[in-house]
Amino acid sequence: MPQNSAARPIRVGLFVTCLVDLMRPSVGFAAAKLLEDAGCRVDVPSQTCCGQPAFNSGDRANARAIAEKTIAAFERYDYVVAPSGSCAGQIKKHFPELFQGDPNLSQRAAALADKTYELVSFLVDVLGVTKVDAAFAGDVTYHDSCSGLRELGVKSQPRMLLSSIPGVNIVEMKENEVCCGFGGTFAVKYGDISDSIVSKKTENVTESGAHTLLAGDLGCLMNMAGKLHREGKSIEVRHVAEVLAGMTDAPPIGVPAEAAE
Amino acid sequence: MTAQPTSPQFKDNARHALDDAQLQKALGNVRQNFIDRRAAVAAKLPEFEGLRDSARDIKNHTLKNLDLYLERYEENVTKAGGQVHWARTAEEARQAVLDICARVGAKTVTKGKSMISEEIALNDAIEAAGMKAVETDLGEYIIQLRHEAPSHIIAPAVHLNASQIESDFRKHHTHLDPARDLSQPTQLLTEARMILREKFLAADVGITGANFLIAETGTSIIVTNEGNGDLTQTLPKVHIVIASIEKVVPTLEDASQILRVLARSATGQEMSVYTTFSTGPRRPTDVDGPEEYHVVLLDNGRSAMLGTEFEEMLRCIRCGACMNHCPVYHAVGGHAYGWVYPGPMGAVLTPTLIGVDKGGHLPNASTFCGRCESVCPVRIPLPKLMRHWREREFERHLSPATVRWGIGFWAFFAKRPALYRLATGVAMRGLAWLGKSTGRFKSLPLAAGWTDHRDFPAPQGATFQQQWKARRKGRSA
Repeated sequence: MPQNSAARPIRVGLFVTCLVDLMRPSVGFAAAKLLEDAGCRVDVPSQTCCGQPAFNSGDRANARAIAEKTIAAFERYDYVVAPSGSCAGQIKKHFPELFQGDPNLSQRAAALADKTYELVSFLVDVLGVTKVDAAFAGDVTYHDSCSGLRELGVKSQPRMLLSSIPGVNIVEMKENEVCCGFGGTFAVKYGDISDSIVSKKTENVTESGAHTLLAGDLGCLMNMAGKLHREGKSIEVRHVAEVLAGMTDAPPIGVPAEAAE
Repeated sequence: MTAQPTSPQFKDNARHALDDAQLQKALGNVRQNFIDRRAAVAAKLPEFEGLRDSARDIKNHTLKNLDLYLERYEENVTKAGGQVHWARTAEEARQAVLDICARVGAKTVTKGKSMISEEIALNDAIEAAGMKAVETDLGEYIIQLRHEAPSHIIAPAVHLNASQIESDFRKHHTHLDPARDLSQPTQLLTEARMILREKFLAADVGITGANFLIAETGTSIIVTNEGNGDLTQTLPKVHIVIASIEKVVPTLEDASQILRVLARSATGQEMSVYTTFSTGPRRPTDVDGPEEYHVVLLDNGRSAMLGTEFEEMLRCIRCGACMNHCPVYHAVGGHAYGWVYPGPMGAVLTPTLIGVDKGGHLPNASTFCGRCESVCPVRIPLPKLMRHWREREFERHLSPATVRWGIGFWAFFAKRPALYRLATGVAMRGLAWLGKSTGRFKSLPLAAGWTDHRDFPAPQGATFQQQWKARRKGRSA
């Protein structure tokens, strides 16, 4: 385990993800706070997106071009951390695949993949964090986003840290490992099917009785929050980092500032 | 060409499926049963994950030496007194079957469950040749009555509820006393058995599929739960096995290894009720068995997958675990996929067999949730293979223009960080201002697929990168 108290702090390049950058910057600040509290020095190099929309649409050329920019921007850090299992998974699992056989980039992609982590699993598995200093009260339910769960093994880590917050009570929903139906461009291209999948998810969320729905990926959260709102439900939806960092001043996803006050 | 695909109309098929209350009810029943049973039986076997590795490795080894093992298989079938018929296409396979049936003057052909039979549309060919084809698997029997295709590769009638089946039986089994109780599945089974018993005895030819072909012995194996397969292949004078070439494994030991993951992955059973080995026709000392034993070996585009990025798909042992765990399959069922093979395995295989121009929707209609890959007993990276199809579509300009344009537009900025920051900074502030009072949008241009069904949350305002820069400047100042 790296030593937090060493002379030189761990330098983390925060890959904030395009959705957090554009839609919900508060998640980025929460991630930075969690990393700094754990003794890291956080840097945010100029960045755009991990390239998943291109990669999953079959546009390999653009996916590679975007990935190359990301490699160049982040390879100087000790670690690359993203508040998203999906984007971290893209860098960790799919960048090496994109540059397979490329004499210049395959090694750089592999090296970046080796030091890239999803935020909460980085805190727990790499830094050895076991508790967070935050205040939050109420029943929360946690949705296991697909890439984090199945590509990166994110399952127990967020639950462990959430349990360390005195007022938090985790109530598991049924089928918490089932996809929410987001799937990136899938949600727009196959809206009818996506709707059917997310409807089952919001049913399970509602049945859990939790007041707050948490997950580690903003795409899934926007999908589930959007559906809950359309159904007229008042369950609050947040990125898990906001709760772990104790930064819940911003209104929940999809709620206007005035209403939250 | 085989059965006419409706895969190009996948979106319409899906819409109909979502609106079909009966189907949704049936799919609801399916959703948890298969998953819980598989999980329980896998958890009971400590070496289950190791067995998956082993199954993958056996299949990979076989595929690397497929020609060798196929030739050895044929040699051993011949030694046992059987005959192998090589079929490059569906048409050749149908013809091989019809020729055998014609030669023995068959009138009735009984059939065990076989997806290859569906792939080559064998029943239509048998009927067109003036013979009667009788499906003997209960699920297949039901959908044959309904003139439907299977909606699942191991549970062909899984899209139906018991009440629908009862009304089908009452319609077709005209001898039935209207007062007879058929409300329980076991009563339906008994009724089907009574009808089928006569057909088994009347059949001239019995056709089965194969779960494995064993090269070292020339044996074919079927796994079933109803016993219909055994009656299909032992009672008639002629037994025809129809199987595709990737079903071959080198040894009995290999087949036994893979059998340990097959039923567990499929139905959550440790073993299926029957695992039946057939080697050649009846020998003089045998008490029963067919007089003739034939194997029709189908390629139908499979050998062309060898050495390509789709070769891994040939490991598939047709357990159905991928569709049992697929949220898209759970939402729309098997018929929406529009051809023989549904779910994630169908999304990869169908474009190979009917062309990506016709099957192109299928590999796109996936959230890439990865649950299929996580349960596949032979560890086929199904999402990766679906992505390979998307790449081929993109290269051939088969993807919809809106998608291509959208990705291109977005990628233009994603490749230019400075421009991206400028453009998104302005756009997000604008969107945030528009959504300030509601916190979300009820509709957005170009995103009807999203906003028809759910709200779109408004952005918070300035982008993270803008705010971060400003704050850090403030800090260092």
